[in-house]
Amino acid sequence: MGVGKEKSILKWLSRWKTEHEAMLEDFKYSLHLLRRSPLSMVGLILISAFVLIAILAPLLTKYDPIEQDLQSRLQPPCWDNPFGRDQLGRDILSRVIYGSRISLRIGITVIAISATTGTVLGVVAGYLGGIIEEIIMRITDMFLAFPSLILAMAISAALGRSLENTVIAIGIVAWPTYARLARGLTLSVKEEQFIEAVRSLGASRKRIIFSHILPQCLPTIIIQATLSMGGIILTAAGLGFIGFGAEPPLPEWGVMISDGRNFIMREWWVSTFPGLAMLFNVLGFNLLGDGLRDVLDPRLRR
Amino acid sequence: MNKENSLLDIRNLKTYFYTYKGVVKALEGVNLRIGANELLGLVGETGCGKTVTGLSILRLIDSPGKIIGGEIVFGGEDLLKLSENEMSERIRGKKISMIFQEPRSSLNPTYTVGSQISEAIRLHQRVDKREAFERSISILRQTGMPDPERIVKEYPHELSGGMAQRAMIAMALSCDPELLIADEPTSSLDVTIEAQILELIKDLISKFRASVLLITHDLGIVAETCDKVAVMYAGNVIEYGDVRDIFKRHKHPYTEGLLKSVPKLKVSGELYTIEGTVPNLITPPTGCRFHPRCPEAMKKCSELKPPDFEVESGHSVSCFLYLDQEKRE
Amino acid sequence: MNFRAFVLRRLLLMLIVLFGVVTITFVISHIIPADPIGAILGPQAPDELIEKLRHEWGLDRPLHEQFINYVWNLLHGDLGKSIRTNRPIIRDLMERFPDTIELSTASMIIAVCVGIPLGIISACRKDKIPDHVSRVFSLFGISLPVFWSGLILLMIFYYRLNWLPSPGPYSTHLRPPPTVTGFISIDSLIAGDVGLFINHLQHMILPAFVLGFSSMASIARMTRSSMLEVLRQDYIKAARSKGLKERAVVFNHALRNAMIPTVTIIGLNYGSLLEGAVLTETIFAWPGIGSYLTGAILYLDFQAVMSTTLLIAFTYSLSNLIVDILYAFLDPRIKYG
Repeated sequence: MGVGKEKSILKWLSRWKTEHEAMLEDFKYSLHLLRRSPLSMVGLILISAFVLIAILAPLLTKYDPIEQDLQSRLQPPCWDNPFGRDQLGRDILSRVIYGSRISLRIGITVIAISATTGTVLGVVAGYLGGIIEEIIMRITDMFLAFPSLILAMAISAALGRSLENTVIAIGIVAWPTYARLARGLTLSVKEEQFIEAVRSLGASRKRIIFSHILPQCLPTIIIQATLSMGGIILTAAGLGFIGFGAEPPLPEWGVMISDGRNFIMREWWVSTFPGLAMLFNVLGFNLLGDGLRDVLDPRLRR
Repeated sequence: MNKENSLLDIRNLKTYFYTYKGVVKALEGVNLRIGANELLGLVGETGCGKTVTGLSILRLIDSPGKIIGGEIVFGGEDLLKLSENEMSERIRGKKISMIFQEPRSSLNPTYTVGSQISEAIRLHQRVDKREAFERSISILRQTGMPDPERIVKEYPHELSGGMAQRAMIAMALSCDPELLIADEPTSSLDVTIEAQILELIKDLISKFRASVLLITHDLGIVAETCDKVAVMYAGNVIEYGDVRDIFKRHKHPYTEGLLKSVPKLKVSGELYTIEGTVPNLITPPTGCRFHPRCPEAMKKCSELKPPDFEVESGHSVSCFLYLDQEKRE
Repeated sequence: MNFRAFVLRRLLLMLIVLFGVVTITFVISHIIPADPIGAILGPQAPDELIEKLRHEWGLDRPLHEQFINYVWNLLHGDLGKSIRTNRPIIRDLMERFPDTIELSTASMIIAVCVGIPLGIISACRKDKIPDHVSRVFSLFGISLPVFWSGLILLMIFYYRLNWLPSPGPYSTHLRPPPTVTGFISIDSLIAGDVGLFINHLQHMILPAFVLGFSSMASIARMTRSSMLEVLRQDYIKAARSKGLKERAVVFNHALRNAMIPTVTIIGLNYGSLLEGAVLTETIFAWPGIGSYLTGAILYLDFQAVMSTTLLIAFTYSLSNLIVDILYAFLDPRIKYG
């Protein structure tokens, strides 16, 4: 019985492979191109480092990020505290490391919320057209009329200072971009032949949208998500900097930079290290996003 | 034809493209000559290297392509030895001009037609703006463009395909070149316009006493307009001769196949196709590049590349079948 | 459609969007906060005070009435009163707006003057050393958190090296010029105070550079990619075949076409300049609407926060409108379409 099941799985796998041969070939070529771009590889390394550090945080440092030690406040970098201590005596290295968890969490949650709502709304708008499309697109225009940080600030101010509210605020700011992107993609996919074919076979609208159009939009949406990750981290830090992001004592990087503002002249390490961490993080996402975009650009694939 | 009389003499031209997937050996020793006041048709399937040949003459090959060998003798000098500056100042637009397949995208959309023609004129002739403008109008008129005074102020996207091609021709002929390279000038035009444009080209070159290298895949056009024909396959000229030589007394098996593939109106039955497919130019066949598809292939053909054998006066073939038939001068 | 129709349609669109912007700010300020007054006055506030304020501010009226009031006030230029400065917000903003415009404009000039040439060089020397250097440079530029780079550069150039002056629009011992236009640079020239003018420019160097850096990077990237796109086109080959030298091809033919999408990016960057201004002004003690906004937020001055947000959104929409029209104007295919 076991052998029989194995055989049928293998059969199904090989059939899936032949059916999707073109797609697999495409994918392999994309990976090949990506590998040839050193900058994208650097980006990938930076991001992997970021994720690993976030996951392994407790193993990487012996100091508790929120434990204060007022006796050692504003201690310069030394062997024990490579990044020094802040104004409440907390070890900055461990705060930077734990801060990566917060940034990662914010980023993933924001993308999850905004990408899904935005994409669905965009696809619906593109496919159904007419007045629904008009309304949805005008609403995205209205949201996009605000520079993102400004709108996030206004929403945060209204909601109050907390990590959850930061995520909500940035999520509200981010969804319109996905909606527009998805709608544009839907409009071009809609015209393609196979959609007509599927429709003539009697597929319902919902099925067409979810099983056929959405998958086509996925690659571009993923690239957009990678590209926007950097911006999300920057915006979250910006909110933290002005005092409306994560609430203390959470070691969010923007808040940490703001903490060090008053000591920047002499005790420069308090603001410098969180900023450097952020820089390399965002850089990583931008590098990878760039590389992905080049790879998937149809004209450059020849 | 005496080789010394030729206007343009290409010898053993090699152009390669260094791509990610490998080196595309687009031109592997092209031999070609054009005489004065002559219309030479360069014909072959898509991808055989005809456009690359045209671009190589003017040295317009962009990276990752590179002309790596051969000679292009024009007016007594080898164009491949000239500096880039000399090419721009003396040759391009002045002695040799080129027109392209898509006339509307070959004109800059942000400049008026008139300013682009004037630009060509002012590059090579010492005239002021107004004079150049007047000359643009006059040369447009010569191409049969209706209402040239108005066209001169319009933008390329406002013209129809045929009108845009006339504008391109005007621009190319504005400085009285000796050679016009026409790369598929009518492929994107309607059949009726095509006839007009071809007529125009023939007319103008006799008026301007220029020669034309007409690059095309359409044998019909070649039969109607050209004096001489060169047939290309996979980066080589495999047969060259008079129009009549090629159409009535062709020698190369590929030429035979090409002519047989043209559907004829009154003949019914299956359409003829040459067996096999166009070769991969990164790993081309050894020896004669046509041998895998050739019904007459011999062992020799896969080992050596056949040189040009002159079978009649002015008619040469690159095929080992005619090794013994070479006419002794 | 022709140009005039395009402009009209675009204007109409902007009006709709502006209405939406107003609605959104209304929603944010009136619907979202659980209790704006309680948040301001604190939990110890006596109930009568809360009720009094609520009535005074019209918060006990039905929502749609509040909305109509809100719009009506806006149309009359009444943006409310700041509880922090105790003045009409519109006066605060009008005083501070020119300073932000000055800073943003200076940043934009830097960004364009460095960014565009960088992009051109990058495109013309694709995949060679200048290209790689410029691309990495640009990537850093868009990845830098502007508030951090501002702090670091301030520390280095002001504190450690003493090359550049302290934060602020001008040195503390100087007096501001009499207000004519509101722009310190212009007013000081009008008043003939050249010393102040120079001092002011010196104080503007660092914040303008910090603010403009990411725009510079973004513009360089866009210029590069649009130049590459243009250089691939047929008409570039045709131009070369006429005998045009490479320099003329790049500057007369390629650039003209490549600039059209770049203009759009410049407009979009103006929006990010406004964002960045919020953070930069705070660090460099620049008296613009950005620092006003951060001050208002920390003080929980909701009215000021919403009104400033509104002003910024309006400015951004206006600049986008100008950019769209400029784009249509520059591209003959649209202008004479």
